[in-house]
Amino acid sequence: MDFNDTPEEAAFRQRAQAFLAAHVQPKAGQTESLQKRLSDKEYMLAAKAYQKAKAENGFAGITWPKEQGGQGLAPIFSVIFGQEEGKFDAPAGPFTIGLGMCVPTVIAFATDAQKERHVGPALRGEEIWCQLFSEPSAGSDVAGLKTKAVRDGDDWVINGQKVWTSGAHYSDWGIVLVRTNADKAKHKGLSMFFIDMKSPGIEVRPIHQMSGGSNFNEVYFTDVRVPNSQMLGGEGNGWSVALVTLMNERLAVGGSPGPDYKEIFEWAKTMPGQDGGTLAEDQSFRQKVADWFVRAEGYKLAKFRTMTALSKGQTPGPESSIGKIITANQLQDITHNAMEAMDHFGIITDAAYAPSEGVFQQSHMWAAGLRIAGGTDEILKNIIAERILGLPGDVRVDKDVAFKDLPSGR
Amino acid sequence: MNFDFSDDQKYLKEQARKFLSEQSSMAVVRAVLNDEQKSHDANLWKAIAEMGWLGAAIPEEYGGLGLGELELCVLAEEMGRSLAPVPWASTVYFLAEAIKIAGTEAQKSAILPKLAEGGVIGCVAASEGPGEPRAATLKTVFDGTSVTGIKVPVTDGDCATHALVLAKHQEGTSLVIVDLAGAGVEAKSIKTFDPTRSHATLTFTKAPAQLLGEAGDGESLLQRIYDRAAVLLAFEQIGGSQACLDMATDYAKGRYAFSRQIGSFQAIKHKLADMYVALEIARSNAFYGAWALSSDAPELPLAAAAARIAACDAYYLASKENIQTHGGMGFTWEVDCHLYYRRSKLLAVQAGAPSLWKEKLVRRLEMRNAA
Repeated sequence: MDFNDTPEEAAFRQRAQAFLAAHVQPKAGQTESLQKRLSDKEYMLAAKAYQKAKAENGFAGITWPKEQGGQGLAPIFSVIFGQEEGKFDAPAGPFTIGLGMCVPTVIAFATDAQKERHVGPALRGEEIWCQLFSEPSAGSDVAGLKTKAVRDGDDWVINGQKVWTSGAHYSDWGIVLVRTNADKAKHKGLSMFFIDMKSPGIEVRPIHQMSGGSNFNEVYFTDVRVPNSQMLGGEGNGWSVALVTLMNERLAVGGSPGPDYKEIFEWAKTMPGQDGGTLAEDQSFRQKVADWFVRAEGYKLAKFRTMTALSKGQTPGPESSIGKIITANQLQDITHNAMEAMDHFGIITDAAYAPSEGVFQQSHMWAAGLRIAGGTDEILKNIIAERILGLPGDVRVDKDVAFKDLPSGR
Repeated sequence: MNFDFSDDQKYLKEQARKFLSEQSSMAVVRAVLNDEQKSHDANLWKAIAEMGWLGAAIPEEYGGLGLGELELCVLAEEMGRSLAPVPWASTVYFLAEAIKIAGTEAQKSAILPKLAEGGVIGCVAASEGPGEPRAATLKTVFDGTSVTGIKVPVTDGDCATHALVLAKHQEGTSLVIVDLAGAGVEAKSIKTFDPTRSHATLTFTKAPAQLLGEAGDGESLLQRIYDRAAVLLAFEQIGGSQACLDMATDYAKGRYAFSRQIGSFQAIKHKLADMYVALEIARSNAFYGAWALSSDAPELPLAAAAARIAACDAYYLASKENIQTHGGMGFTWEVDCHLYYRRSKLLAVQAGAPSLWKEKLVRRLEMRNAA
């Protein structure tokens, strides 16, 4: 038992560190981050330049096949690069979904000519991809989506609405899951396309989140034409194609979402406690710090177990699926406790007054969304129960019924 | 990154599981549960001694197998899974480890070889009343050659041959070893929440005792022993938690209500998923404790505290929700759920309850951050 890299892994890590040190700055505080300092436009230029540098230096598409311009390396190297990149303020965000989920789907299902056209530009940061699955009436139950595509000559014509699309406003391409046959059962009438996001009839509107910000979009499709040749995986096979995309989601989402036990404990040393000392001296608070420590370390160590499996060339165990349940709930709990510990003062979000520039308040808002994004707590628990523990699926009332005959409610 | 047990260690674990499924079956566990006179299963004790497990982590020069702490961890997990009704933890995690880290050459030669053969049974006599035993509240006294006082409860106190006794000594506390066959020792069995493990009140009246480690160092030595034991106990707790999760999952697949398997209801699925998540957190923290223990790392005190807290949480959750998943059947004597519920509580309060360890964890975190 040890935590050491193999010689090959150590050499790769060293190369990654050298590359990162030459191209991006180490992580600094909230306010000094690249995203806060730069305008949206400047940030996007910086992101594209960074992605280009990654491609030129052999750090893009680390696990992709060489013939697709990737590095053909084992998944452990991708994890190692992610570990090192996480120490820096690297503008990698705009590419996470495209390179993590969309382009791998294209690689799996597109023709050679299409791959030739699209994979390189995505890898070099010249084109950004987004993923269009969720709809207002199809969230956890994605296969209940209603956006439909109707065949018209060599094209399909798409009408409907997608929602919660990250980066739709700056994306060049997207993969979109649509219903091509409503007479078939729910999962069987779907097809996947990749589509030019600049196509006529696509309208992107930002969603006004409960946090006040806008990180996601609604995307409206009105008579949008897409060539039949851009269908991925064949007509009616959209659900199996989507599963390939979604398999990557749990790996693409994750990481440290906000203040953890370290941050709140440091901060508590400056806060008044109930017993005349600091908050960090209060017994009830300290008991919670211990719980937070155990969960944060436990999750970190579970990832080490995943890395161990990857490093040995094995498929990682199911322990990797617990991540978001832990991190999202922990973030909500920590920030909740921080706000309550401040008593009435905890309600202030004004950065001029709020301790740590209001990071606990902001993160408390964000945590509520994190428990939903990329698979709700409930869906993730269903996945653990069904795929890991082998419990039976829920009773399905929609299995052998034509989609058009299903009740849809609100 | 090699954060896992070796193939040999996994093989040992597999063999241990097979062995215990026969030698420590539920019938064996229940025989101890149902018989107030029976402190432990003597056949099982003999069998694990013959397998060499008692001396697994004892150096060969003292009659052990000379394996490491990691081997002890995998055995602990299987002992916990099978609810083995033997004084294994008291003897191996507490007495043997205590003598290994603090014993004199004479103490090692006198006790360890016999212990490895199964002829020595240990116990920890620290508690005297509710709350953590501390210098300020201890009444038991060591006068340099003998101890006097009453210890309660002492796990395995009625079958043990040797006790580690925490006593007041000079200005502080010392840890001493008492041969329970000697004069001035009275053991009286007491009933506890977990009758599959025996407990006693030990009354010492000028009982001859030998100092273990430095005079006046009792509490801190006991803590060092607890830090090591916490990791091994965590593996027992993981084994027990996994048994509860397996049992609940199995039942949820086979039990029908409202004309469907109850495991198809999300209320049950989410309950079992929560158990799984808690268990993974516990397992990961215990692995880290195992690494720290086996490599004598300075991280051990913090890692041990985390392993202990996570394991206590996981076993409590798994054992109570296993009963809940079983419904009314789970509350019967015949169904095994209560055996885990009982054991989880014993393992949580033995060697310091989780709330004490949480404060220890935070203090250790402060020390690490200050360093």
